[in-house]
Amino acid sequence: MSETPFEPEITAFVCQYCGDMAADSAGWNRISYPANVKIVRLPCTGKVDVHHILNAFEHGADGVYVVACPEGNCHHINGNLSAKRRVTYAKSLLDEVGVGGNRLEMFHVTAAQGDEFARIAAEMTERIRALGPSPVRRAMGKSSG
Amino acid sequence: MIIAQRKPLEEIKEMVASYEKVLVLGCGTCVAVCFAGGEKEAKLLASELRMARQMEGKSTQIIDHTIQRQCEWEFIDPIKELVASVDAVVSTACGIGVQGMAERFEDKPIFPGVNTTFLGMPVQPGEFVERCQACGDCILDLTGGVCPVARCAKSLMNGPCGGSQNGKCEVNPETPCAWQLIYDRLAKLGQLERMMEIMPAKNWSTSRDGGLRKIIREDLKL
Repeated sequence: MSETPFEPEITAFVCQYCGDMAADSAGWNRISYPANVKIVRLPCTGKVDVHHILNAFEHGADGVYVVACPEGNCHHINGNLSAKRRVTYAKSLLDEVGVGGNRLEMFHVTAAQGDEFARIAAEMTERIRALGPSPVRRAMGKSSG
Repeated sequence: MIIAQRKPLEEIKEMVASYEKVLVLGCGTCVAVCFAGGEKEAKLLASELRMARQMEGKSTQIIDHTIQRQCEWEFIDPIKELVASVDAVVSTACGIGVQGMAERFEDKPIFPGVNTTFLGMPVQPGEFVERCQACGDCILDLTGGVCPVARCAKSLMNGPCGGSQNGKCEVNPETPCAWQLIYDRLAKLGQLERMMEIMPAKNWSTSRDGGLRKIIREDLKL
């Protein structure tokens, strides 16, 4: 019996002005992206807390990424820059824990970049697929791989 | 305020390795303001510990809770039952809070989750700098509001020393020379003549050299 290939669970924290609109743009342009990505819409990526990111990993996410407005174009002036700094800090914590900071990434898109949103989703899915299930998820015995 | 820094996860993991149920106890005052051991940081540490222990196949019974202050009995006492329900506590309070907890809960292992580092202030977001050494005999009135005890590497009373270069300290070229700061501030106050006064040797018995310090206020006693 052949083994089912590993399909990663990925959580994407997106801002409602750029990331989420870009996901919408992908939709109405009929651009598909991997179903592995579960989107959490936020009023601004400045709302992303390190705890939210760790929480996702603790509850079985194999990868997490944040999609913010391009630098200099945040609807809330600098929420995206705050998110960027927190993502960097969260990466260090994930390395410290042994989960691996490379399972977390930060991206910037505009609302119209549906194609870029889809490319990012595919890139992260491929990256995490190559890394395999998160060590936390493996330990939970919940790996779908 | 008291400034602290989270201990490395590996060190904390090692401390609680043999305990099943662990409480990460945050402190909502100084260490919350310096983002080392407040409610958010206690949650983060608990989450990190759970994940790390999960990966090692160990118990993940790590809970978190935060009280306003771990340095006052009135805030510690209400969590008696919570503390009784766990095998060990990682306190992310400063050393005062850790000792407060250890004194109140004599039979419970209480471990420090942070390194208490200094008395200081956030000079800008994310940057905390030492400002006071609690010497017990404040001389800020004589030094233009800049403390040579805490801010001069040598705690010189009559500076600057020869290591002051271009306004910076020889110990660290990024650190301003405290005596340069004192000079600049006294100049602004029009009190430069103070630089000519020789300050006598400081009586350090009010500082750490005098042993454990204690203040008694009869008017506050019950």
